Amino acid sequence: MSETQVLPAAANSVARPVRRSKWRAAYFGTPGNALVTLVCGALILLLAKLALGWLFVNAVFDGGADACKQSSGACWPFLTDKLRYMLFGFYPFEEQWRPLVALCLFLGACGVSMIPRVWGRGLVVAWLVVILPVLYVLMAGGIFGLTAVPTSKWGGLPLSFMLSFVGLAFALPLGIGLALARASHLPAIRLLGVGFIELVRGVPLISILFMAAVMLPLFMPDGVTIDKLLRAQVAIILFAAAYIAEIVRGGLQDVPPGQFEAGRALGLHYWQVMFKIVLPQALKKVIPALVGLFIAFFQDTTLVTIIGLLDFLDTVRTALRDPDWQGIAVLEGYVFAAAVYFLFSALMGAYSRFLERHFNTSYR
Amino acid sequence: MLFLNDTRFRAVFYQVVAISAVLLAGWVMYRTASANLAKQDIATGFGFLSRQAGIAISETSIAYGPTDTIARAILVGLVNTIKVSFLAALFGTIIGVFVGIGRLSANPLLSRLMLAYVEVLRNVPLLLYLFLWYFLIILVFPPVRQAIQLFPGFFLSNSGLAVPAVEWQSGFGLTLGALAFGAVAALVVRGIGQRRRIASGKANAGWIVALALLVLPVLAVWASGAVSLSWSAPEAGRFRLTGGLQIRPEFVALLVGLMLNLSASVAEIVRAGIQAVSRGQWEAALALGLPRSRTLRLVVLPQALRVIIPPLTNTYLTVFKNSSLAIAIGYPDLVMVSNTIMNQTGQAMETIAIFMGIYLGLSVLISLFMNWYNARVALKTR
Repeated sequence: MSETQVLPAAANSVARPVRRSKWRAAYFGTPGNALVTLVCGALILLLAKLALGWLFVNAVFDGGADACKQSSGACWPFLTDKLRYMLFGFYPFEEQWRPLVALCLFLGACGVSMIPRVWGRGLVVAWLVVILPVLYVLMAGGIFGLTAVPTSKWGGLPLSFMLSFVGLAFALPLGIGLALARASHLPAIRLLGVGFIELVRGVPLISILFMAAVMLPLFMPDGVTIDKLLRAQVAIILFAAAYIAEIVRGGLQDVPPGQFEAGRALGLHYWQVMFKIVLPQALKKVIPALVGLFIAFFQDTTLVTIIGLLDFLDTVRTALRDPDWQGIAVLEGYVFAAAVYFLFSALMGAYSRFLERHFNTSYR
Repeated sequence: MLFLNDTRFRAVFYQVVAISAVLLAGWVMYRTASANLAKQDIATGFGFLSRQAGIAISETSIAYGPTDTIARAILVGLVNTIKVSFLAALFGTIIGVFVGIGRLSANPLLSRLMLAYVEVLRNVPLLLYLFLWYFLIILVFPPVRQAIQLFPGFFLSNSGLAVPAVEWQSGFGLTLGALAFGAVAALVVRGIGQRRRIASGKANAGWIVALALLVLPVLAVWASGAVSLSWSAPEAGRFRLTGGLQIRPEFVALLVGLMLNLSASVAEIVRAGIQAVSRGQWEAALALGLPRSRTLRLVVLPQALRVIIPPLTNTYLTVFKNSSLAIAIGYPDLVMVSNTIMNQTGQAMETIAIFMGIYLGLSVLISLFMNWYNARVALKTR
């Protein structure tokens, strides 16, 4: 504990030059440091010049593909022309207000759900009973006079969000179950848990997606076919569950064993101890890590493009191959996609750091 | 049901139920799968591995032709996977360590710049970067016909970099053996020298002897005339370059993508590791008169290593698994070769089982090695 001391006015007045010299020490303290500052400054200026030149100075703001071909800068008309396709893929053009509404509703609901004060059982019920069904009806249609849109037409940003969000939401209970299985004192249960977790974590996501795309139909009895999107979704759920299980296991190990023993000593059943005493403490500690995992999975859903699903990255790539724009706006497309992924990932990252401070638990 | 209240009985009961449920599910899946396969006239089993592959692979590190077996083709893919993951891990770690140290620099400009580097790499999907690097290579470099000649024999074009290569006529195995022998001998001698130095407190010539042991066997093999080499320089043709060592754009794009991705993770791990070393260690070393760079190298980094190694293991495993994204840009790694074979032979189950098994096995190997290394650097408590 440091004692607070009120400095006399005279001491306060000399504080300013001290701060200024600190600033100078930080940038030009030693010859080596000055060199670092100069090199970094030059690098930043160069990058800024390149970026500004490409984005604005040399950019084409109106006109068509021909104007873009002539210019060395960014091609903004490409973005305005293909924006709807990149965002929503092959979703019927006149129905595209539906994925837009769904996207806004989803992001809004997520935004509200991110406030720790509204967390509770009611929120989970609201998601399961109201938000998710409404989102599904909006996307799929078929009732309330909405035209039915098959999942093969879904694409773009809503698909990317769906795969990662639904994937993680369903993987969470599964992952908690696996973590409990891994920590179980029953050897057979523990073996099954460890086996599944290590098996999934030992192979790349792409191999599990391949399994879902190619092998899963072989395991289905005659006449039963599962939608390709659903198969990829199941693969992502299983994959995420193994990673969540490892994170939750870390949280479980942080809860002192005395908590479990005290609960049992009070006469509570195993499940009661777990759900009422151990898991609440464990989960609270791992929430920032789980948000970090969500960022990783939001990015990993891009892999579904390899098995032929039209996620956001895939619709951007298809837009690049449009005959009107082919070979003209490739960099523009990738930079746009990167900016969208960056925006959402960085937001989630900031949220994760906020939660860390909120719970005052440090997680690396 | 009174017996359900007996804890011991219930434990056995739960386990039996779980095991039988898994076995039953496995059996049902096996039955439907074999029935489905029988209907499609696909033979099961691994016999297809010895059939002729009949596929061309654009990048081969070991001798391979389309007439070789499928097993050989898979091996070529595996070697490519290992090659690109190893190089990415090596370079990525080196870059990452510097970026991680730069993040902690007292110079705000440098630390912010390094933060931006890490954030830009971590918040955009790796797959997008792979597409972007691949596209940039194709865009920036000219077609083969106008290949840039950097030096005589070095060609740079959008089908890659071609450099003169040494071809072994004979004596490759012998040289490799001599090198391995020299390396082992050098390690042993260095170990002895180090132990003596710690015991006596005096410097000794152990490292010179070790260096000599590393080089001498190879020189001896060379001098004996058992090795004959020939140079192969690339020649510019109309549509492609022939001869020499060709580094293909897919390989470069994948290597750069994996390397940068890894370097961002390593940077964060190194930063956290250094921050975990208490300030007192810095201050004590500086008080003893060690300069900052040596304090970092001799005092702080060895201690940070203990915190760094376990998460580093995970990033190495990740880069190894992420190398499977090669399929998206057409680099023939294990997954891409397997996928081609799967499409040609229809042996989906066996092929997927093979490459998943290989990934799983190698992941376990990497974990074991890193755990061994971790045990070596772990704090020895008395």
